[in-house]
Amino acid sequence: MKVLVAVKRVVDYNVKVRVKADNSGVDLANVKMSMNPFCEIAVEEAVRLKEKGVASEIVVVSVGPSGAQEQLRTALALGADRAVLVESNDELNSLAVAKALKAIVDKEQPQLVILGKQAIDSDNNQTGQMLAALTGYAQGTFASKVEVAGDKVNVTREIDGGLQTVALNLPAIVTTDLRLNEPRYASLPNIMKAKKKPLEILTPDALGISTASTVKTLKVEAPAARSAGIKVKSVAELVEKLKNEAKVI
Amino acid sequence: MAILVIAEHNNGALGAATLNTVAAAQKIGGDIAVLVAGQNVGGVAEAAAKIAGVAKVLVADNAAYAHQLPENVAPLIAELGKGYSHVLAPATTNGKNFLPRVAALLDVDQISEIIEVVSADTFKRPIYAGNAIATVQSSAAVKVITVRGTGFDAVAAEGGSAAVEAVSGPADAGKSAFVGEELAKSDRPELTAAKIVVSGGRGMGNGDNFKILYSLADKLGAAVGASRAAVDAGFVPNDMQVGQTGKIVAPQLYVAVGISGAIQHLAGMKDSKVIVAINKDEEAPIFQVADYGLVADLFEAVPELEKAV
Repeated sequence: MKVLVAVKRVVDYNVKVRVKADNSGVDLANVKMSMNPFCEIAVEEAVRLKEKGVASEIVVVSVGPSGAQEQLRTALALGADRAVLVESNDELNSLAVAKALKAIVDKEQPQLVILGKQAIDSDNNQTGQMLAALTGYAQGTFASKVEVAGDKVNVTREIDGGLQTVALNLPAIVTTDLRLNEPRYASLPNIMKAKKKPLEILTPDALGISTASTVKTLKVEAPAARSAGIKVKSVAELVEKLKNEAKVI
Repeated sequence: MAILVIAEHNNGALGAATLNTVAAAQKIGGDIAVLVAGQNVGGVAEAAAKIAGVAKVLVADNAAYAHQLPENVAPLIAELGKGYSHVLAPATTNGKNFLPRVAALLDVDQISEIIEVVSADTFKRPIYAGNAIATVQSSAAVKVITVRGTGFDAVAAEGGSAAVEAVSGPADAGKSAFVGEELAKSDRPELTAAKIVVSGGRGMGNGDNFKILYSLADKLGAAVGASRAAVDAGFVPNDMQVGQTGKIVAPQLYVAVGISGAIQHLAGMKDSKVIVAINKDEEAPIFQVADYGLVADLFEAVPELEKAV
């Protein structure tokens, strides 16, 4: 079966971001960008499905700026067969991305779509669920285990109290949680081979979708800083402070 | 304005996160209705009707809603939601699962994990693992929002007397089925609601060593959490994880033991009132947010702390 994987170009998770002085956003100039960590897990899962003989083709798609080609090449180096970029330099909300992905799903007709559970920049945790609504497919969010069995996929989900397993009819949407797998690294020969794999570039206009949004960002501020704490010398001093100064125990 | 709050529950009991979400709804202002969707949820509906400030409780009792599968409850909520200015759900795994599906069915953007209500259409929410706070404004006809519980003080669970009304919605969509559940058992307070949280990280060394944290937690009446490193190493189950990708907590006291303090962990606990760090590495970033830091071997300091409190 065909598997579609969505990936996002985001600021690298190790970067400590800074808010711009004019409060218009976060300063991303000259900051290291990477594939969103949850998207790496999504790519890895698709590649493992292919290695097991479950998936026959992996198409990786990104919706975003032209720079996202870099992340698509990474996905190709990890084992995806071809890539599609829906190029837009606008700041897109999850619904707009879900609509673009819906257009690609209509075109490609995958049996399984894998996304990360959230992007570490917007922290929205929406796109997979929205794509499921737009396509009418079942959704398996926060997946820590995915097993395709015939025309169904069993997804074990990480929920607040533990784990839950659901059976979804295919085609279905799955979003990955951290413990689904450990993503591999791309090898140098595979990085070279990935340069030759096909990468198609489309635009939202060509797909006939609107990227208009009902939500706008008014400002972005740094969070309130915590006042500096102190180092205590002993457990006795710590307990004394907690009891008499902070009064929390 | 009328606000629809989706209740968090397990068919048997009302989830505490519902009370924080009603608090956010009160800040927005307007008549508040609570929807309880599930199976045999009479008891939950009764509890919801007693919440202070709730005008009406809608009950959708149907086997199709038993496990709140989003394929079944999202169409129900979207249909009901058309009659409201706001639809709110707690930012629990349940709320995060079905609400974006509701938003897309209504063709509106969703606002995730608000921590403050500025006005009826303007909200604050953390982005970039809590390293920035965005103020966002919605022009959507129905504002679909998840609420971060730690951002709002819970309303009283008693004192209200809302009318209970049955509603019905679409039947089982037939796209998904509940197979099973494996819930972690614990007698300690729930992590997101505890007044004190004791958390362990990679420095604990192994799962067995968490015993000293459990024992300290029991003495303090605290919940026990963990960093991603401790979960990934298999020391403890993943529902104990505190952080950007785990649970967000804001207790009175957070004790971080053997946790270095990565950005992703801080995102889950830096709104705690008092933070204590116990770490043998005095350069660990956790000391930059800790009110009280103790540079010491945790295997000596934790038992000593337990004796002293």
